[in-house]
Amino acid sequence: MQAVAAAGAGPRKPALRVRFARAAAPYLLILPGGGWLFLFFLLPILALAVTSLESGDFIAGFNFDWNVGNYTFGLQLYSSQFLHSIEYGGAATIVAFLVAYPAAYWIAFHAGPRKAAYLLIVLLPFFVSFVIRTLSWETLLADYGPLFKPLKDAGLLPGDFRVLATPVAVTGGLAYTFFPFMMLPIFASLEKIDRRLVEAAEDLFANRFEVFRRVIFPLSLPGVFAGVLLTGIPAVADYVNQDLLGGVGTTMIGRVIEEQFEVDINYPLAASLAFIFMVGLLAMLLAYQRIFGTKEILSD
Amino acid sequence: MSDTDRDRPSYLDPSFLRGLTQARFSRRTALKGAGMLSAAGFLAACGIGGKTSAPTSAHVNWVWDKATKAGTLDFANWPLYIDTGTDAAGNTTYPSLEQFTKDTGIKVNYSEPIQDDASFFAKIAPTLQQGASTGYDIIVITNGIQMSNLQLKHWLVELDPSKMPNFFKNAAPRLLTRSFDVGNKFTMPWQSGFTGIGYNPSRTGRDITSFQDLFDPAFKGKVGMFAGNQDTGNLALVGIGVKPEKSTPADWQRAADKLKQQRDGGIVRKYYDQSYIKALAAGDTWISMAWSGDIFQANLSAGNNDLKFVIPVEGGLIWTDNMCIPVGAAHPVDAITYMDYVYQPEVAATLAEYIDYITPVPGAKAIIEQQAATEPDKDTKAALLGTSESPLVFPPAGELAQTSYYRDLTTSEATQWNAIFNSVIIT
Repeated sequence: MQAVAAAGAGPRKPALRVRFARAAAPYLLILPGGGWLFLFFLLPILALAVTSLESGDFIAGFNFDWNVGNYTFGLQLYSSQFLHSIEYGGAATIVAFLVAYPAAYWIAFHAGPRKAAYLLIVLLPFFVSFVIRTLSWETLLADYGPLFKPLKDAGLLPGDFRVLATPVAVTGGLAYTFFPFMMLPIFASLEKIDRRLVEAAEDLFANRFEVFRRVIFPLSLPGVFAGVLLTGIPAVADYVNQDLLGGVGTTMIGRVIEEQFEVDINYPLAASLAFIFMVGLLAMLLAYQRIFGTKEILSD
Repeated sequence: MSDTDRDRPSYLDPSFLRGLTQARFSRRTALKGAGMLSAAGFLAACGIGGKTSAPTSAHVNWVWDKATKAGTLDFANWPLYIDTGTDAAGNTTYPSLEQFTKDTGIKVNYSEPIQDDASFFAKIAPTLQQGASTGYDIIVITNGIQMSNLQLKHWLVELDPSKMPNFFKNAAPRLLTRSFDVGNKFTMPWQSGFTGIGYNPSRTGRDITSFQDLFDPAFKGKVGMFAGNQDTGNLALVGIGVKPEKSTPADWQRAADKLKQQRDGGIVRKYYDQSYIKALAAGDTWISMAWSGDIFQANLSAGNNDLKFVIPVEGGLIWTDNMCIPVGAAHPVDAITYMDYVYQPEVAATLAEYIDYITPVPGAKAIIEQQAATEPDKDTKAALLGTSESPLVFPPAGELAQTSYYRDLTTSEATQWNAIFNSVIIT
């Protein structure tokens, strides 16, 4: 009897617990991610926003007083550095795309069974740390370095020719640094294109160019979209390439923000610059998404 | 910073980055201690805002009344700024510190977290602001904005003159009257150095003598200037014939205009941090602003032994790195014991032989000469004589008269100074 009663009462209680658990499950699941976002994104952003509206100096202390002047002052003082960031970051993204797409295409379609090996070869340099590689470029591109000294000695280049300390070096460095972030997504989307679609297009008398233009390229767009984001965002924000490879007139905004935080200890100005930068980047992303759409990305 | 960090892939973590840049820099750079820095700057933004607790002289006396010798000392210095050796296991040792331990029983935890004044100050400021201890008993700070800030914020322990007999006996007289530490209340110099012009005679094709040489169109794109606005700004002031200590904001503007001309004429290749010495050695620059000791050290390393350093005829800059005790230091007695200890000529000689900047103890010269006289090994003897005869280690009075200290700046002046000179440097 007892056993039966227990058995009869048994299923009910768990049912309640299960129901509760079911209701709570989505919230519990989102807790780690949401907590992370709150702690490491929302809170810092909020602190940044508050800081950006403070005034004062380090010695007297900073006080919150809705000092919007930081923004106008920052924009006025460093507008050309903002432009440099967009210029070099944008150019680097284009260069990386122009180099990465053919490489990814060739590996996806023509590398046969050695795909993995070629991919590894492309990625191998990136196993070496980023700064070491940038420093290597600095050495390679030196005015009398291994690249230019022979050419200059042979009279093929004028003696005052230089790449280092120019926008070209910065752009090249950025494109090189973020190359894998462009290439891998493009490769992934090219790789999974159903080959029968290509055959079908050929059956319909499309030549190789038409096949590429009307079948392959449109199908690889999600990869391109992701590649541009993954390359463009960090390239615009980077300041190491500019620091090591740039010269006079190539300062990017990331560098200015770092200086304001760590050297001039002008936290409000630094915060307002960071905020302008973030909002500007966000606006550009939204515009980009508006034009090219993210549906493909989401369905990817 | 925060946005750039977040967008950057994890392998581009700034601490990692900085860790890797360390090796290539010379003494005055190496690296910022950690990626914490960027976070520290940011967190500080949240923390700073309140007023500092104003310390009183009662507090100062309290430090020396209560403190006793603890037997340990945490010493934060710049990289490559002390004598080193190697023990049997291949570890770096610091012979002069070991000798100090033998002589006094105080064990030294030596570290080299100071890459440049500004970033080190930015790192310890939030801690000090909260009234906490930095964990260091001695820090080494250059005269300049950060030194003034430390004093303005009352973040340095006032020294007890009765505990510094060697300093008052042996320090170079000019060091007893420093404008940035009147009365020697807070600091004792560690070493000093010159900011002047370094050049490669085989590239320039002639001897460099003047500040104007930095403006020579013949060196277009081959001139290096410093990104630090204290050095560049003050040297430009000297260059246009203004004594930095008597300069006004109008003079600063004139100096900045002069620098702008140089920049816009394409003469300046880049505003360098400590990597200037690498560029100069590689031939990327032919002529560059430079620190005296770096040129000396670059010439010691193979292949680059033809660089020259000159203090321009218009005058050069002299700076002094100073030992001081941050408030909250756990072992102040041990700290002041060491700070005074290095003012013995024998100890100063050991340090000078290695460091090759201006020693604060002129008496070290006689000691080094004595060592050279009895040294059997020819190379070592030459090296010792090289140090004792170097005008950059033991500068003659005339050379010192040619040089100026940085302009001392109040906080509001510093803001103005930064705005004027950063508009030249940050482009």
